[in-house]
Amino acid sequence: MIPACPLASLPRGEALRLDVDPPIAVFHTDDGDLYAIDDTCTHQDASLADGWLEGCEVECPLHASRFDLRTGQVDAPPAKRPVRTHRVVVEDDVVYVVPSDAPPNLPPGVTLKGQA
Amino acid sequence: MVGASLAGLLTARALRGQGFQERIVVVGAERHRPYDRPPLSKDFLKGAIGEADLALEAEGEEPGIEWRLGVAATALDAPARKITLGDGTTLTADGIVIATGAAARRLPGTGGLAGVHTLRTLDDARALRADLERAGRIVVIGGGFIGAEVAATARELGRDVTLVESGPAPLAGVLGPAMAHALAGLHERRGVRLITGAHVTEVTGTGRADGVRLADGSHLPADVVVAGIGATPCTGWLAGSGVELGDGVLCDEGGGTSVPGIVAVGDCAAWYEPALGRHHRIEHWTGARQRAAVAAATLLSGGTARPEPARPPYFWSDQYDVKIQFIGHAGDADTVTVEEGDPATHSFLAVYRRGERPVAVLGVNQVRLFTRWRRHLETTPAHTG
Ligand SMILES: Cc1cc2nc3c(=O)[nH]c(=O)nc-3n(C[C@H](O)[C@H](O)[C@H](O)COP(=O)(O)OP(=O)(O)OC[C@H]3O[C@@H](n4cnc5c(N)ncnc54)[C@H](O)[C@@H]3O)c2cc1C
Ligand code: FES
Repeated sequence: MIPACPLASLPRGEALRLDVDPPIAVFHTDDGDLYAIDDTCTHQDASLADGWLEGCEVECPLHASRFDLRTGQVDAPPAKRPVRTHRVVVEDDVVYVVPSDAPPNLPPGVTLKGQA
Repeated sequence: MVGASLAGLLTARALRGQGFQERIVVVGAERHRPYDRPPLSKDFLKGAIGEADLALEAEGEEPGIEWRLGVAATALDAPARKITLGDGTTLTADGIVIATGAAARRLPGTGGLAGVHTLRTLDDARALRADLERAGRIVVIGGGFIGAEVAATARELGRDVTLVESGPAPLAGVLGPAMAHALAGLHERRGVRLITGAHVTEVTGTGRADGVRLADGSHLPADVVVAGIGATPCTGWLAGSGVELGDGVLCDEGGGTSVPGIVAVGDCAAWYEPALGRHHRIEHWTGARQRAAVAAATLLSGGTARPEPARPPYFWSDQYDVKIQFIGHAGDADTVTVEEGDPATHSFLAVYRRGERPVAVLGVNQVRLFTRWRRHLETTPAHTG
């Protein structure tokens, strides 16, 4: 489990980028739900935490593909592959992320730091 | 459906998504399944990504489309909704989507000359990529998006690059002169020679281009010449069809053409924009993306669907390691102010205003902040005056 932040420091409508490898984005939706997905868009090297959060979807800040925070599925090109989703746990008002052990869908040209 | 690219694919998908279950035939002049054009001047030209990465369809995607590729539509009989193809066959349909995009404008008088390129299709990009491998000196004519991006990519590949622009600075047309000047330094800092206010009179060479002559008589030697001088909508096949044409296919605000049962979308289409009070052709990726669903609804409803007000046009461009994002209409503004960062460092955000009201925003390496502004502009209803 990776500690992300105190719940109070992530207001609704906001996102946080965790500098793990690969980075993870944690979203607090307007309805009060918390979700975590890989931060890097599967199309190119964009940070989804910089994107536009609407309901349970985040729109990539560069080319506007939308990812469903619950499933990681993408709605339309240019991105074609889903992002990985991670489990979020809140304990004692601290947000934690349980990273998925599935392989990430990184965009072409982006590699894990360990294996550049 | 005529035109098998972004707008065609997304409209076909939208038709399926809105419950249409009959046959969809997509006719495309190129041999390729739909692919993404923006990387053609950027990562694909650089060699950072391959052809498979350009595909617009996800693996295993099957929206039930019949593809007729490698054959162009040559004529339309609009009242009968009959399309004639280049191989002499005809197709008759209940509804027609025109999504034929645009074609790169060519430099007059360079027809037989090797080493002169335009960039619109995958085949163009393959040819340019191959020629760049052998070339030392590149002259790019035209500082629009494609010209500026090709200049940046060729420079990143280590070539000697000169960018010739007839206006005061590259991108001046869309960004306005002040911000275009601020960005021009980007090319010079990276070692691209920038010549502005210059008109090309001739591409020199016999058999193969060896340079470019300017109106002041000077000569720029070149192994490869790239013309990025704009694109014209592919509407020649509609001449005399009964579909009304202007700068592109003229449409109402839902994509309907002058003929019932025929819609147009993407780079070939000039939709009526109430906020501007005129028809406007958008030549950007997200234009095709946002409008595909609207055009599909117009077609399925027989034109009675009331479209949501269109979002202001948004586009991006990548040059070197700089991400440029822009939304709105710079031409409507009377002031521009830098609200964050510093143009000299190529990380800044500028807001264009008409009176107090923001009408356009430019972001340069300011992705997060730009998203907030984009949201602001897209959710605040536009009104003129
Ligand atoms: C090199 C390059 C870089 C770009 N970069 C960016 C960018 O960074 N950001 C951005 O926002 N936009 C960018 N664009 C613009 C973007 O790619 C277009 O807006 C988009 O491709 C429009 O899609 P479309 O389907 O309307 O037209 P097109 O993609 O032009 O497709 C039209 C298709 O119709 C076919 N066709 C034409 N006539 C006929 C006929 N008579 N019969 C059958 N088929 C026909 C054509 O062969 C073509 O395949 C770029 C474009 C290019 C060329
Ligand atoms: S980088 Fe996300 S859609 Fe292109």
